[in-house]
Amino acid sequence: MKRRRTSAATGRIANRAKQRYLPIMNQPPKQTRLMALANPTRFLSLADRLVPWLGALSLAVLVVGLYLAFTAPEDYQQGITVRIMYIHVPFAWIAMFCYSLMAASALGTLVWKHPLADVSLKAAAPIGAVFTALALFTGSVWGKPMWGTWWVWDARLTSVFVLFLMYLGIVALTRAMDDPARSARAAAILTLVGFINIPIIKFSVDWWNTLHQPASVFRLDGPTIHASLLWPLLVCALGFTLLFLTLHLMAMRAEVWRRRVAAMRRLSARAADLRPAGVRAG
Amino acid sequence: MNHIAYVTAAYLGSALAIAGLALWILLDQRARKRELKELEARGVRRRAQRTDTTS
Amino acid sequence: MPRPMLALYLRETRLGVRAGSGALTGILFFLAVIAVIPFGVGPDLNLLARIGPAILWIGALLAGLLGLERLFQADREDGSLDLLIAADRRHMLAATVFVKCLAHWTANILPLVAVSPLLGLFMNVPPFGIGAATLTLLVGTPAIPFIGAVGAALAVALPRGGLLVSVLVLPLTIPVLIFGVSAVRGAVADPDPFLPAFLILAALTLFFGVIGPLAAAMALRWSGD
Repeated sequence: MKRRRTSAATGRIANRAKQRYLPIMNQPPKQTRLMALANPTRFLSLADRLVPWLGALSLAVLVVGLYLAFTAPEDYQQGITVRIMYIHVPFAWIAMFCYSLMAASALGTLVWKHPLADVSLKAAAPIGAVFTALALFTGSVWGKPMWGTWWVWDARLTSVFVLFLMYLGIVALTRAMDDPARSARAAAILTLVGFINIPIIKFSVDWWNTLHQPASVFRLDGPTIHASLLWPLLVCALGFTLLFLTLHLMAMRAEVWRRRVAAMRRLSARAADLRPAGVRAG
Repeated sequence: MNHIAYVTAAYLGSALAIAGLALWILLDQRARKRELKELEARGVRRRAQRTDTTS
Repeated sequence: MPRPMLALYLRETRLGVRAGSGALTGILFFLAVIAVIPFGVGPDLNLLARIGPAILWIGALLAGLLGLERLFQADREDGSLDLLIAADRRHMLAATVFVKCLAHWTANILPLVAVSPLLGLFMNVPPFGIGAATLTLLVGTPAIPFIGAVGAALAVALPRGGLLVSVLVLPLTIPVLIFGVSAVRGAVADPDPFLPAFLILAALTLFFGVIGPLAAAMALRWSGD
């Protein structure tokens, strides 16, 4: 029994060592379509080509969207504060979109061991945290003149606040471990458990009385807000989503570089260890 | 209606936060790029670059 | 319970209640939290009666988080965690984690539930409310180690993961707290129903009893070295 255990343990260690270097190794040439994208070098060249265009496009769409938002008619009830909605709603959508993206990346890490999935998760977490914080901030600034209070503990606000806390938890966890392979799996598991918890939080806080208005855009019987308000909102949402994707790609690129630097440092340190003292290889 | 202050605050705060985020990512990118350049200048190569066809 | 699992349960419980292992400290912490609240909000008995059950719940939650980071760490230090992981083929690791959580609950949280009626009395909670609070604590608190096991397994390799575990686990325990407190409120105040919230609380415990050990086992298998 003892022998079996040790052999299993060494097998696991070897396996882990292999997986640890997976993200920084270049893949062999024969690959499937999905694995081709997993090649970090190919991802980098794709990102290099994509980022300027995506950034320019998102800025252009945002300018158009914000122009539309400021020329749209004012709401007869909310007055000028309805303008906050054009950024608040996209932020809230992105907060959820980002978490879904991270959950998909977590599946990619755990199931397919896709080397870039973990990079994607780690890069997305801080961006998601910022957008969630902004959704809370803009909502609170809207709530003060409309509801008369900065904050209420109602269903929607509380569950978004918990989402924000979970983003911060994931950021803390990914930064707490040095080994990328280990932190990747830990963050992936936490993300998935949190993803299960989100509907629970949503429904559990629904038991409290709710002040936040119900969904008005994505409904089975069509949107209930007027088209003159809806179009600017959709353009703004598209612009912010493009901006989010640009930032995400940039953060992923920085993360791939960071790992590359770490790998190169490790290799050079190992080479320095193996070399006899006093001899310098050219 | 003097609610315009709230709207400005929301837009300004959001613009600041997003600009800060973008700046942070850009600075991070630049620092990593510089580190890579330094390492390459010292002649450190990744395994994949040294032996062009890894198994 | 199969015999090896029973043995594991007894071992864990014995380790947990042994002097100096932290279970007693947990109860003291619970008492301290409860005792501090009246100093903070003032000795208004009506107010205390109203928020008493919620304070009991929050105290139990915090005390339950206290010893969580030791759930797997002690086993990791003396090497028995490797044995438990290696025995995965014979006893499912998730079942092992489940039993460990149960033992942790017995040693650390069950005593809190036992003293909660007394503390409820101090808080001037009506007798019916005390009964409801104790019952919801009994049914709801097992979810805390089940959720906490995930955090403890994720942070097992970190040298100082204690605070991180609490930060990771606390947001996930919010639904348990919401339904626990709302069931008690339902029992005390007439218009709110008690049974639906109570049943959902029980469902949450069962749900996390499945999800928590599975995720924790997954995390342990990948973090062991």
